Amino acid sequence: MAIIVDEKNLPVIVQGITGHQGSFHAQQMKLFGTNIVGGVTPGRGQTRSAGFPVFDSVKEAVENTGAKASVIFVPAPYAPDAVIEAIDSGIKLIVIITEHIPFHDMVKVKLYARLKGSRLIGPNGPGMASVGLAKLGIMPNSIFRQGSVGVVSRSGTLTYEIVNTISESGLGETTVIGIGGDQVVGTKMQEVVQLFERDPETKAIVMVGEIGGTAEEETAEIIKNSVSKPAVGFIAGRYAPPGKRMGHAGAIITGNKGTAESKINALNEAGIRVASTPNEIPEILKQLIR
Amino acid sequence: MVDLLEYEGKQIFQKYKVPVTEFKVVKNDNDVPDFSEKMVIKAQVPVGGRGKRGGVVPVNSKHEALLAMDRIRKIDFDGHRAEVFLLEKAHNVNRELYLSVVLDRSEELPVILASKEGGMDINSVPSEKIYRHHIVPYVGVPEYVKRELSNFLDLKDRQIYEVIDALYSIYDQMDASLVEINPLALTDDGLIALDSKITIEDDALFRHKDIEPRYFGLEPIEIEARKKGLSFVRLEGDIGIIANGAGLNMATIDMISLRGGRPANFFDLGGTDDPEKVIEALKLESNIVSKVLFINIFGGVTRCDTVATGIVQAVNELKPDFKIVVRLRGANEEQGRRILQENGIESLLNLDQAINRVVKLAGE
Repeated sequence: MAIIVDEKNLPVIVQGITGHQGSFHAQQMKLFGTNIVGGVTPGRGQTRSAGFPVFDSVKEAVENTGAKASVIFVPAPYAPDAVIEAIDSGIKLIVIITEHIPFHDMVKVKLYARLKGSRLIGPNGPGMASVGLAKLGIMPNSIFRQGSVGVVSRSGTLTYEIVNTISESGLGETTVIGIGGDQVVGTKMQEVVQLFERDPETKAIVMVGEIGGTAEEETAEIIKNSVSKPAVGFIAGRYAPPGKRMGHAGAIITGNKGTAESKINALNEAGIRVASTPNEIPEILKQLIR
Repeated sequence: MVDLLEYEGKQIFQKYKVPVTEFKVVKNDNDVPDFSEKMVIKAQVPVGGRGKRGGVVPVNSKHEALLAMDRIRKIDFDGHRAEVFLLEKAHNVNRELYLSVVLDRSEELPVILASKEGGMDINSVPSEKIYRHHIVPYVGVPEYVKRELSNFLDLKDRQIYEVIDALYSIYDQMDASLVEINPLALTDDGLIALDSKITIEDDALFRHKDIEPRYFGLEPIEIEARKKGLSFVRLEGDIGIIANGAGLNMATIDMISLRGGRPANFFDLGGTDDPEKVIEALKLESNIVSKVLFINIFGGVTRCDTVATGIVQAVNELKPDFKIVVRLRGANEEQGRRILQENGIESLLNLDQAINRVVKLAGE
C-alpha cells in the first residue's frame, strides 16, 4: 500500500513533455519505476520526446495509452487550461509542478476538479512519490528508502533534505507528498494526514510546514481528533520577518497571522513533537515507532 | 503583491460604478485648483493609519492645501513619503461602514466581509460584529446575501446591492486578493467609498499589462534582485545565505539563528543548471556579507557540480574578502565537492556540521 498512488503500473503521461523540464523529468520518473506512457504538447503530436510518444491532446493520449494520471510542466499562463483538459479527458490524478499560477485560477480549477472527481496535487510543488511504486514529480530518485513513514510537506528541497535524513537513519518512507507552496493547493495537508491514518503500511507521519496561512493549525486539530498514528512536525520560518514573502507565494506572515510560533504551539497542543532541525526528525521517529 | 494607491483604486471604483466623490489627483503644487469649499487633502501612500499620522487634512482653500501638502511631505509613513495627493470634497458622514472581498486561504474561496464599524482595522473588530459570506466563483453573490448584508448594516435602500456586485467583479476581473472600502460612508447623498484598498497578485500581472510591478517597502538590494527575477529578502544580520528552495532557505536561517548566528538574508537560488546564475548570486551577496557566506544546496534539478563550477568562477572573478562555506548534498555531490576542493574552497556534507562551522567563523 501507500497513499494516492498505490499500484505499480499506474499509466502516467507528462503534459509539456517536449520542454526542457518535462523531458528530463519524464526520464527520471521512468528510472524511478514510474510507468510513463507518453506525453502531450499541442502541435507536436506524432513525434517523440525523451523516447516517449507525444500526442496533440490529452484525449488522444488517453485513447492510445490508457493514461490515468498526469504530471503537468506547462507554463503558468497555460497550466490551468492543461489541468481542465486533463480533467475533461477523465484523468483522475493530476500533479501540477508549475509555479506562479494565479490563485484565482486555482480556486476555479480546484472546484471543477472536485465536480468531476479528479484529485489535484500542487501547484508549485515537487509532486509525490510512493516508494517502490511510482514517482509523479521532480524529487531526486536517490533520497528514498522503502519504509513506514508518511511525509507531507509544503516545501521542495527542504522535503528532499528531510526525506534523505530519514532514509539515511535506516528508516524509510511509504509515500512522500509535496503539496506545494501556494496559497491555494489542490490537496491540503490535513487531507494527506487523514489518508496516512488509513494506510496500513504507514506507521508514523512527518508534517513539514512553514509560515503563512493556517494549514498547520488545521492539520494539528485533525491529528488531535482523528489520527492515532504518531506524528512529528517541522516548521520553517521561525526567524522570518513579518510582512515579507519568503520565496513561496503562501509563505508570508500577515499582521500577526501565520507565524511559526502559532503553528508550533498548535502542534505541541495536539501532542505532536516538533523538531528544530531536520536531523532531529529521525531521532524522534525512532522513539515514537519502536 | 501590488498595493494600489487610493486614487488608483478609486479610478477602478469609478469604472465599476462604485460611488466615490469627485476627486483630483495632485502630483505637484500647480495641480491644486482654487476653491472655497470644505475639501480634504490626502497623502497617497500604501500604508494604513494615514489619518492618525497627519496624512489626511481638511482644507478650505488652495493656500491651506499647499501648506498641508508641505507638512505631509515631511511625514515618514513606515519608510514611505507622499509624492502624490488626492484632493476631494469633504462630506457630512452619518455612519461609517466596512465592506471588502478577500481570499480566505483556509476555505480557498473569496469571502465578503461587512461591518457597521467602519474606519477601523477589520482585524480589531470582534467576530460577531462581522458579516461573512463565502463566494463560490461559478455562483457569484446570491440575491439573498445582498438582502442579509443590507439588513445587517441597517441600510434602507438597495444601493449596497450594486456596490457588492461591483466589489466582487473587481476582485474577479482584476485578479485581486483584496478589494476593500473602509470606510464606506453613509452620507446625505447615499453611500460613498471614502477610501480604497486594492491588492493585486504578482502572479496574475501577465493578464494586466497596464499594472506595473511595485517595490513598495523593499530595500534597494531587494529591488535589484526582484528585477532579475531572484527571490531575496534582506535580514538584519551579517551571515550571507544562498540556498536552493524557499523552505530550505528558511530552515537554514532558523538553524543559524538558533545557534546564535545572525543571518543577513534569505536568498532562493531556485532550480538552475546555469553557473552564471550562481555568479550573479555571489555578486549580490558580496554587497552585504561581512565575514561569512553560507551556500546550502540540496541538489535535484540543480546539480551540485554546476553550483560548484559557478562558485569557483565567481571566487576567481570577485576575489571576495569574506569566507565561503559550502554544503553540497544530492545530485552530483561528489563531482561538486571535488571541484571545490581542487580550488581550495571548503565544503561539507553534513548540515549540522556546516551550520556550526558558519556560526563559529562569524563569531571569530
